[in-house]
Amino acid sequence: MTERQWQYNFGFLDENTKRMLRRGLLKAVAIPGYQVPFGSREMPLPYGWGTGGIQLTASIIGKSDVLKVIDQGADDTTNAVNIRRFFARVTGVATTTRTADATLIQTRHRIPETALCEGQIMVFQVPEPEPLRTLEASEVETRKLHAHQEYGLMHVKLYEDIARFGHVATSYDYPVLVNGRYLASPSPIPKFDNPKLDRSPALMLFGAGREKRLYAIPPYTAVESLAFEDHPFAVQRWPHVCALCGSGDSYLDEIITDDAGHRLFVCSDSDYCQAQRTLQEGMA
Amino acid sequence: MTRPILSTRGLCKDYGNGQGCFDIDFELYPGEVLGIVGESGSGKSTLLATLAGKLAADRGQVRFLDRDGMAHELTCLPEAERRRLARSEWGYVTQHARDGLRMNVSAGANISERLMALGERHYGRLRERAGDWLDKVEIGADRLDDKPSAFSGGMQQRLQIARNLVTQPRLVFMDEPTGGLDVSVQARFLDLTRRLVHDTGIAVIMVTHDLGVARLLAQRTLVMQRGRVVETGLTDQILDDPQHPYSQLLVSSILQA
Repeated sequence: MTERQWQYNFGFLDENTKRMLRRGLLKAVAIPGYQVPFGSREMPLPYGWGTGGIQLTASIIGKSDVLKVIDQGADDTTNAVNIRRFFARVTGVATTTRTADATLIQTRHRIPETALCEGQIMVFQVPEPEPLRTLEASEVETRKLHAHQEYGLMHVKLYEDIARFGHVATSYDYPVLVNGRYLASPSPIPKFDNPKLDRSPALMLFGAGREKRLYAIPPYTAVESLAFEDHPFAVQRWPHVCALCGSGDSYLDEIITDDAGHRLFVCSDSDYCQAQRTLQEGMA
Repeated sequence: MTRPILSTRGLCKDYGNGQGCFDIDFELYPGEVLGIVGESGSGKSTLLATLAGKLAADRGQVRFLDRDGMAHELTCLPEAERRRLARSEWGYVTQHARDGLRMNVSAGANISERLMALGERHYGRLRERAGDWLDKVEIGADRLDDKPSAFSGGMQQRLQIARNLVTQPRLVFMDEPTGGLDVSVQARFLDLTRRLVHDTGIAVIMVTHDLGVARLLAQRTLVMQRGRVVETGLTDQILDDPQHPYSQLLVSSILQA
């Protein structure tokens, strides 16, 4: 394996592509929430598996970085394992599963429970960067709506949710207003994670490979989840605690354990769950 | 003396093949309904789209007076400004409800959209106003959560009216609003529109190929042929005493019925 490694450039992408991506990222950071077009490349993974996130990671990763990759909050799922191994091969950088040790975290669907700190970078894999897409099919029109800051349309979706279900039933990819200006899709993270975006000390980068768009939320940027005055934004809550670590304030996954209908609620963030258990064993 | 809400001078939109509209002059006063009649291809819809800024004019001026009494020259208005006017001061009722409505969201969301675009963020109040308007257009507040696709053609047109009038615009453009409706539904729609226009005091520019529709609604009428206005005047006057041969043809074809 190590003998073949020289055949690839550091981080798989060639230097010109990385430069193009970095220029896009600089623009994205300068205009928080604005979708910057970029020339998405063919990656050794199919679209929909996180090619946008992989390209962003490849363009910013350095030799001293420590990489963590999560999928649905877990470090040990197929996508997470494969993307982590991919970068270990084409860059040789250190990888970790511990949130606090990582400088670069690529993610699909979750933001880690452990609070992020300054200097850390989150890279999100985004399937659909345009929050208005389900309501307005034309890209020409949605770009105009962004340009003129006409976001009343987004509330049509929330209105429709309340009219049909009695509450805002959108539970993931919940639209946010970044820095009081651009409407953005936070990628399919549960709305449970939306408050973590607000004034986060970490840099948040979003890449959509198939749609060829990238956008960013710089550190300490105000991120507001849309809502109605009489139906304020609220995150999911569970009547359970995690069956493994007993945590009552993390995002829980429901796991069916047998054919008799038994189920288990456990933390979706596997690193956080493990850390909680280690802590308890230490105290016992 | 009241000033005209909309006045045009020498407005031209030339498609380059002799089609379009040419040298259009008229004035529209607050609370007035202006009918534009003419056969297919006579440039009525082109004129309407040019007035509403959906098409760029080639020559001429269109001056619009907003509710604060400020005059805007529409032919050279920046797009952001034009969209603001379209949101807050104008309405646009299309011939096909599908072009004017969001068919995949409920009637309530359709009516509330313009309110939300203007910044209303209170669900309860939105719903209340949407319900009021459904009652006003004789659909009934109990249909608030039904999608427009479950409505008949006449109801869809009335929903378009409600969706446009909810923000109390001062000028509404209507492009053949009764085009696809049968005669009895048409009559009901016209009756309702006449009442709402009377109650709210909005100005309307309505394009139609049917002089009968203009007779019921419009105080003044422009008759268009091949992109030019061939006759203009009070609707009754045109009906009673048409001067231009084309107007005479139109009138003779309706009054016999």
